[in-house]
Amino acid sequence: MSFEPPDQESADLLALAQSVAAKANAGEQVEAFVARSSYTTVRAHGGEVESFTSAVSAGIGIRVVSDHRQGFAWAGTLEADAIADALAEARDNAPFAEPDEWVGLAEPDGIVPVPFDAFDPSVASMPASQKIDLALELERMVRDGDSRITGVRVATFSDSSSRFAVATSTGIAGAGRGAWCSMSALALAEDGDETYTGGGSTVGFRPEDLDLAEAADDAVLRATRLFGAKPVPSQRVTIILEPRMAATIASLLGSTLTGERVLKGRSPFGDRIGEAIASPMLTLVDDPTDHRSYAADMFDGEGLACRRNQLVVDGVLQGFLYDSASGRRAGRPSTGSAVRGVSSTPAVGCQALAVAPGAGSFDSLLADIDTGVYLQTMTGLHSGVNLVSGDISVGIEGLMVRNGQLAEPVREVTIASTLQRMLLDIVAIGADVEWLPGGTGCPTMVIADLSLGGS
Amino acid sequence: MIEQLVLEEVLGVAMRTGGEFAEVFAEDRRNASAVLDDGRVEELTSGRDRGAGIRVVVGDTTGFAHTADLTEAGLIAAAEAAAAAARGGGGGTNIVALDRRSASRGYDIETYPGDVPKARKVELLGRANDAARAVGGAISQVSVSYGDNRRHILVANSDGLFVEDDTVRTFFAVSCVATGDAGMQTGRESVGHTIGFEMFDMYDVDQLARNAADRALTKLAARPAPSGQMPVVIGSGGGGVLFHEACGHGLEADLVAKGASVFRGRVGQQVASKGVTVVDDGTMEREWGNIAVDDEGNPAQRNVLIEDGVLTDYMWDHLRARKEGRRSSGNGRRQSYQNLPMVRMTNTYLLAGEEDPESIIASTPKGVYVKHLGGGQVNTATGDFVFGMTEAYLIEDGKITEPLREGNLIGNGPEVLQRIDALGNDFAMGPPGTCGKDGQGVPVGDGVPTLRVSSLTIGGTAA
Repeated sequence: MSFEPPDQESADLLALAQSVAAKANAGEQVEAFVARSSYTTVRAHGGEVESFTSAVSAGIGIRVVSDHRQGFAWAGTLEADAIADALAEARDNAPFAEPDEWVGLAEPDGIVPVPFDAFDPSVASMPASQKIDLALELERMVRDGDSRITGVRVATFSDSSSRFAVATSTGIAGAGRGAWCSMSALALAEDGDETYTGGGSTVGFRPEDLDLAEAADDAVLRATRLFGAKPVPSQRVTIILEPRMAATIASLLGSTLTGERVLKGRSPFGDRIGEAIASPMLTLVDDPTDHRSYAADMFDGEGLACRRNQLVVDGVLQGFLYDSASGRRAGRPSTGSAVRGVSSTPAVGCQALAVAPGAGSFDSLLADIDTGVYLQTMTGLHSGVNLVSGDISVGIEGLMVRNGQLAEPVREVTIASTLQRMLLDIVAIGADVEWLPGGTGCPTMVIADLSLGGS
Repeated sequence: MIEQLVLEEVLGVAMRTGGEFAEVFAEDRRNASAVLDDGRVEELTSGRDRGAGIRVVVGDTTGFAHTADLTEAGLIAAAEAAAAAARGGGGGTNIVALDRRSASRGYDIETYPGDVPKARKVELLGRANDAARAVGGAISQVSVSYGDNRRHILVANSDGLFVEDDTVRTFFAVSCVATGDAGMQTGRESVGHTIGFEMFDMYDVDQLARNAADRALTKLAARPAPSGQMPVVIGSGGGGVLFHEACGHGLEADLVAKGASVFRGRVGQQVASKGVTVVDDGTMEREWGNIAVDDEGNPAQRNVLIEDGVLTDYMWDHLRARKEGRRSSGNGRRQSYQNLPMVRMTNTYLLAGEEDPESIIASTPKGVYVKHLGGGQVNTATGDFVFGMTEAYLIEDGKITEPLREGNLIGNGPEVLQRIDALGNDFAMGPPGTCGKDGQGVPVGDGVPTLRVSSLTIGGTAA
């Protein structure tokens, strides 16, 4: 397979990874994953630059497999002595693992990656003064957005330009690059003795993609519409989730559909292939070859081509995601779903989840709800969600929905259900797919019959 | 790690463009971990991260750069980058004389994990796996993880401070899945201390594994938690995260200064029930949040935040304290040399009261007993916070009865602090935690005695 790295820097990283992989002894497999990124973060507060950070970071992760045993080591630098130490450590770690016939590195599978290069050099070459101006401008826009805005906890401009390469002694060679910039603001609004916060953000592959007005308006609106919020009585409710909130639910589902969880008996959907696990309205794919996603990529963390994987079609579970080892164990090919950083071994994960569009806009779906809750924020996702049992319970802030319209604000209440039930209780999916900063594409969703815990 | 003369030179460069304060924070960290899952030791991992972060402060602006290159040339390049980002009016002081101090945490590490053969670490995993599976056939999956890290830090700044510290932490956790007719449930047990391999003299890994397995089995019979408000009794050691979220974050001076805390302007006021004393204490020996010095080189302190219900002080880092003309409280922490420090907690706990824990439960006609809390999250501006219950039971007629499924509880910090109406005499520290703030995670500890909150909202699914 011939593959041309997109530029000299990624070619250099690939050459470095290949030089490490070439050190494999007889009967040994070696993989090197190398990454280098440069980034800037500007934080503005009170009309001043609070902090300006710029740095380059780089690292290498090395896997050694011998006798079906895997060892791993990493270093946060690409200096030659550190790389040599990491290789020796990975080799030393391998014999302590217990053998597993499926353990091993990826092998070339003949699937040609879909070309993709969203790297815009203008991200890295942007002058520092322009980044500072953008952060100050966003902060000013938020402060001027409403008389009740008393401050901005922080307004941030961030950019990152990164390159990675992965190579193995089994013949894998992949490299890529990416660049993005993003901005976010967290507004503080005060009225009487009440203070609320509201966040807004914008992301792009190029500086000119950033939409400051949208981020500022969002932060201001969210911070100022909760005044007077209080708990409502406990009840069964329908919830309406705008794309960014619905994407959270899609991500929870995606996390349960990895081969790793299924094979180890940790997925509530492990034995449900071919069955209806969700409303027939739900179709979910994981597709890093969809170039609208901010997580689009050519290669996965093991250097295999990314591909489109159907997870749920019309509510019916189609299959799971695999990396090469979990795929071998399941008797299936890798789905190109290895995700990783330099400091960890590849794990199976979702890369670019997308919920297929349904029908209608946020407003038209809202109009169909008699009584319900619009969720502005969810808190406690890490403490209130158990992806093995499927139990979900989160704290929320938002607005009640009455007669198809947004009504009084609500806070200090919880909503709870199980993931299994929520998927079946989806009653509407909008046509308004939004591509979110994390890489997920998702439209508005309406889910019925959750428990609201309140006063 | 770095020669004193080099540090003085680098700080001089950092101050050359008019900096008012400059700092070099260098770190050399080694991690080792081992994981057993699905009946098999899967892998051992070793990691090494080393570098320095340099910050330069001019007025309200901080310039920051970091580098993995600890040579003089690498450090000077980073100092120039940080100084360029925080450019002042002109040439400033650029002669810095460092005064080397020693950091002390009052106890010694007995066995450095780096000196322990890997086979001994792996052996612990197998023992825990066997013990968990021996609890019963309903235990369908077990994962066990071991981790240790050694972190050597060096802080030198333009005020002349120069201090180094060496911290060792050791961690062990067991997670079980139990499968029954109604699906799967999970149970977990974790321990972590700022000590070396001697941690395994304090704990029997078999017992830790059985605890995790028992929690998963108990929950197989759990019923849905209630939804709505009722009294909640929190178990000793299991619920320190309540105070971490209900008031800890809100007492961080950076959030207070930005108007993002519901506790702003309330020092000297009664913010909690009488008898409630909350402390953040980085000096607590051997605990997960123990530090000898913080990541700005200031000695760890025991800081009383709330005393007998009255708010006494916030927590401070160097920048916030400097602005207020006071001393840092030793709460300036950062995840790594790649991050700027900010105000962070260490070990946060509520002092014991005098009541018998059994009588607290017996005097609760109807409510929920939360034996172990999971993580939590707070909006410091409103004070609303959630925390997960990973092991909880119904209280009926003053007795602990049926186990409950998982869920979050929600409350408002200032209100909940006023609703604490019983404090037990059985203080204990809880499991190790990682506190996240603005994308940085740092190790923290917490602890509570048995206590009762007269009303909290429980986020279950039962009516």
